[in-house]
Amino acid sequence: MPIYGLWVINKAGGLVYQRNFADGLAQLTSNEYLVLAGTLHGIHAITSRLSPIGSSSGAQVIEGETFKMTILLTATATKFVLLTSLSETTADAVLQKVYEIYSDAVMKNPFHTPEMPIRSEGFDTRITALIGNGS
Amino acid sequence: MAYSQPHSRVSVLSNSSTASSVEHFSPAASTTRFSLPTTPGLPSRVRPNIYDRNLTKTRIPEVSGAAFTFLFSEMVQYTQKRVSGINDLERRLNTLGYRIGTRVLELMVWRAESQSKAPKREIRFLPALMSIHTQVWRAVFGKPADAIEKSVENADEYMIIDNDPLIERYISVPKDMSQLSCSSFTAGIVEAVLDGLGFPARVTAHNTPTAQAPSRTTILIKLEKSVLEREEVLK
Repeated sequence: MPIYGLWVINKAGGLVYQRNFADGLAQLTSNEYLVLAGTLHGIHAITSRLSPIGSSSGAQVIEGETFKMTILLTATATKFVLLTSLSETTADAVLQKVYEIYSDAVMKNPFHTPEMPIRSEGFDTRITALIGNGS
Repeated sequence: MAYSQPHSRVSVLSNSSTASSVEHFSPAASTTRFSLPTTPGLPSRVRPNIYDRNLTKTRIPEVSGAAFTFLFSEMVQYTQKRVSGINDLERRLNTLGYRIGTRVLELMVWRAESQSKAPKREIRFLPALMSIHTQVWRAVFGKPADAIEKSVENADEYMIIDNDPLIERYISVPKDMSQLSCSSFTAGIVEAVLDGLGFPARVTAHNTPTAQAPSRTTILIKLEKSVLEREEVLK
């Protein structure tokens, strides 16, 4: 039940953090990741307006044949996306933990600029401790 | 009523010293001070303002760690925008800490000695250093520091070591600023306390990571010559 990858998308749709943890998905270039993140941002905006009865939280899980994508939207419109295998059941709990680590190691770090790519050693270390070592 | 006088701040201060505390902290009084609308159903006993609480309380209410880290993060960002280099940044953080240290010392001495019949003051350096290691650290960070060391090479250098400094817990310094230690703030506190006790010194902070404690920090104290000479005389 591997976790393939983690993305963090800022409120403008830019990919600010991307990391792979296990093989199983096609390897993409960083540009392709940026495009995919932007596309997901657009899809998410559409899905949040699809509900016939007022507002909606937008897509939470997108499933494919070989993987599933769990999306956590925070109150500040940052999106955490976890790519896992279909049988993975802990994705929601892991995303909550990632959010917690993000608030601690990124938002409380004076050397991080909001909405910019995350280059914080503390964040990397704690994500490694949570999910495991990436390739 | 505060607005009818030319200096509203002065008038508020003089009010607080003369008015009885009950009257002063009633919701009505706070309305005139902050011009807030009176909220119906406000409890009649409002928590006293921090300036009016008892100073000698031994049980000190705790401060939210998250709130403090956000505040400190903003302080570092604010400072960083106004400096040209790492040395300048550390010096400014040191200055900010210094302002806290003078107050910490005063409060600590008051809490420790005001009740005693024969209040005393540290005049030797080592006991003073010990009290910084335990009492100042406990008052500021809620735990004593991890170690005190004396430099082998230089007789005027002492070190206080903290394995996991509270203020740096969530800070990751970028690689191009790797010499920077945000504990310069703590160094400023220590410098102020030493100055206040009559041991002028230059205090700096340095990262000394180990495998077990990646954020281990050394606060280096370089005493002034006069202090060492006085220590010799007192021996």
